[in-house]
Amino acid sequence: MGAYIVRRVLWAILLLLVVSFITFVIFDVFPSADPAALRAGRNATPALIEQIRHNLGLDKPFYTQFWIYLKGLVTHFDLGYSYYNSESVKSEIFSRLPATISVTVGGFIVWMLIGIPVGIVSAIRPRSVVDRVMMGGSLVAISAPVYFLGLVSLFVFAKGTGQLQWFGAAGSYVPITQDFGTWFNSLILPWVTLAAAFAAFYARMMRGNLIETMHEDYIRTARAKGLRERVVITKHGLRAALTPVVTMAGMDIGLLLGGAILTEIVFNIPGVGRYAYNAITNSDLPAIQGTVLFGAFFIVFANLVVDILYAFLDPRVTYG
Amino acid sequence: MPLLEIEDLHVSFKTIDGVVHAVEGVSLSLDARKTLGIVGESGSGKSVTAQTVIGLTRFPNATIRGRIVFDGKDLVAMSTEQLRGIRGARIAMIFQDPLSSLHPFFKVGHQIVEAIRTHEDVPRDAARRRTIEALRSVGIPGPEQRFESFPHEMSGGMRQRAMIAMALALRPDILIADEPTTALDVTVQAQVLELIQALRDDFGTAVVLITHDLGVVAQMCDDVAVMYAGRVLEQAPRETLFDEPEHPYTWGLLQSIPRLDAPRTDRLSPIAGSPPSLINVPRGCTFHPRCPYTPPPALETEPELAPSEPGHLVRCHLPVEERKRLWQSLQQEHPALR
Repeated sequence: MGAYIVRRVLWAILLLLVVSFITFVIFDVFPSADPAALRAGRNATPALIEQIRHNLGLDKPFYTQFWIYLKGLVTHFDLGYSYYNSESVKSEIFSRLPATISVTVGGFIVWMLIGIPVGIVSAIRPRSVVDRVMMGGSLVAISAPVYFLGLVSLFVFAKGTGQLQWFGAAGSYVPITQDFGTWFNSLILPWVTLAAAFAAFYARMMRGNLIETMHEDYIRTARAKGLRERVVITKHGLRAALTPVVTMAGMDIGLLLGGAILTEIVFNIPGVGRYAYNAITNSDLPAIQGTVLFGAFFIVFANLVVDILYAFLDPRVTYG
Repeated sequence: MPLLEIEDLHVSFKTIDGVVHAVEGVSLSLDARKTLGIVGESGSGKSVTAQTVIGLTRFPNATIRGRIVFDGKDLVAMSTEQLRGIRGARIAMIFQDPLSSLHPFFKVGHQIVEAIRTHEDVPRDAARRRTIEALRSVGIPGPEQRFESFPHEMSGGMRQRAMIAMALALRPDILIADEPTTALDVTVQAQVLELIQALRDDFGTAVVLITHDLGVVAQMCDDVAVMYAGRVLEQAPRETLFDEPEHPYTWGLLQSIPRLDAPRTDRLSPIAGSPPSLINVPRGCTFHPRCPYTPPPALETEPELAPSEPGHLVRCHLPVEERKRLWQSLQQEHPALR
C-alpha cells in the first residue's frame, strides 16, 4: 500500500507538470490577446508596451518562460504574479479558496442528502408512481443549467432582487469567520442551485445501482436467510450499491474544488472559479496557469483518495 | 403425513413479452429425512418451484396459486413477514453459484452469524461459536481463520461448504439445494454431494435436490420428479425411475447420459429439438413437438399425471402396456440403458 501511494504521487506530479506545460503551449500558440498591450491600457506608446513586455518576461522564448515558472514553482511554490494587477497568484487563489470550499462542501451535502434517499426510494419500487415522479423531476433538474436555475432562484427568493426576499442575494457572500449567519444565508441559493443537477444525477445513479444490486444472487441469499426486507435493502443492497457512488462523489468534489465556475459567477461569489474566469477574460497567463494547476491538483488528489478509499470499501481490491 | 406438500402449484410472471407460465400445476411431497430430486432442463420450472416454497418468487409481477403445506400451514397464503420466520430457520436453501450467492463485502463468518441472529436471540459471541462449529462440521479446515475470510478468498468448494454451513447452522427441517454442484469442479462436486448426504443422515434434514444431472439423482435421491415446461411429467421412487421409466422424455434424458462403459463408437443421443417457450406453451402434451412417438391425442389434449402403478405417476397418452413395451425395446437397442 505504501509503495502504491508513493508511485501514485510521483505519477501525479508528472501529470501536473504536463498539464502546466500544455497550458503554457496553448497560451503561446493561440494567445487570446497581448497581455502587455492589455496592461498598458489605451493609447499606450509602442515603447511602453515593449517595456512592459520586457518587465513581464514576455519577450523571452516560451520554453525560457516555462523554465523560469517551473523553477519558481518547485523551489518556493511560487505561482508567479498576475500580468493584470501584479498580485501574487498564490495568495489570490488561497484567499479565494474558502469561498470555493464553502460552495462545494455545502452543495455536496445538499445533493447527497437529496440524491441518495430519492434514489433509494425510487429503486425500492421501480416504475411506481413515486419512482416516475422522482425520476421525471430529476430529468428536469439535470436539464436545467446553473445559469438558468440560479437566475430564477435569485428572481424568486433573493433579498433585494427577488419576489420573496428570503435568502441572501448575489454578491452577499462574506467569509464564515466574519459572520456565520450572513455566510450561511448567502450560500443557501448557490448550494441548492449547484446541488440540483448533481442531486438529480446521483438519484438516478443510486437508483440504477440499487436496482441492479437487488437482482444479485447474494440478495436472494439474504432473503433466503430470513432477513427483514429493510435489512436486505439497507445493509446488503446499499453496501454494494453505494460503493460506486463514493467514487463519483470523490471525483465531483475534486472537480468543484478547482472552482465551481458557473455557480460562483451567477451568485457573484469571490471563489477560485470566478478568479479563473476573470483570468481568462484578461489573458492573464500566470493566473490561468495557477488556477488550472490548482484544478488539476484537486482532481488528481481526489482520484488518489478515491482509489485508496476503494481498497477499504471493497475487500476484493488490493494494491501491490 | 409428509413434511412438505406442494399441491397444484401455479406460478406465472407478467413480462414485456407476455405471461411466462413457469410452473403449471405441480404437486410434490417430501417426507421427513428423505431426499426428493427434481430433474429437468433449464427453464423447466424446477428452480421456480423450489424458490416459491420460501417465497423468493414473490415479485410484483408474479402470480402464485396453489398450496404449499408445511407444518400444517399454507406457505402460499402466509404473509411475507410470517414466511420470513421459516426462511433460513426451518427451510434453508443453497444455490448454484456460491461465489455470487455470498455477499462479496462481508466476511463469511459474519454472514452466517447474521443468519443465526436473525432467528435466534443469542449473543454475538455465542453465535460466533456456533458459526465456527458449523464451519467445522462441513469440513472447512481452520474454521476460526475462515470465519474472518471474505468469499473471494475461498475456493469454490469451500464457498459452497460455507453456504451449506449457513443453511444448516439453524438445523432446518428441509434443505433445498438448487443445483448445488453445477458451478463446481468435478472433483469437488462429489465431495459436496457426500457432505449433503452425511449431514442429512446426521441431522435428519430432508433434502430437495434440484439438478439436471441424473447421475446426481441416482446417487442421492429417494424419489424423483422429472419436470418439463413447468409440469411434472413423471414421478417415481428412484429405482423405478431408472429401471422402469415410462415417459418418452425420461427415456430421452437417460439416453443422453454419457456412459463410460458404452462402446466409444456409440454416439450420444440428445433429445431432438429444444425446450418450449413458457410464454407460448405447445397445445396438447407439452412434450409432443419433441416426442418420437406422439400418440394422436397428444396434439389436442394435455394428458393427466396419472398413476401407472402405486407411487409411479406418468403424464403420457401412450397406454401403459405400450410404454412398457417401448422401454424394453429401447433397452435392447441400447444395452447401456439396462
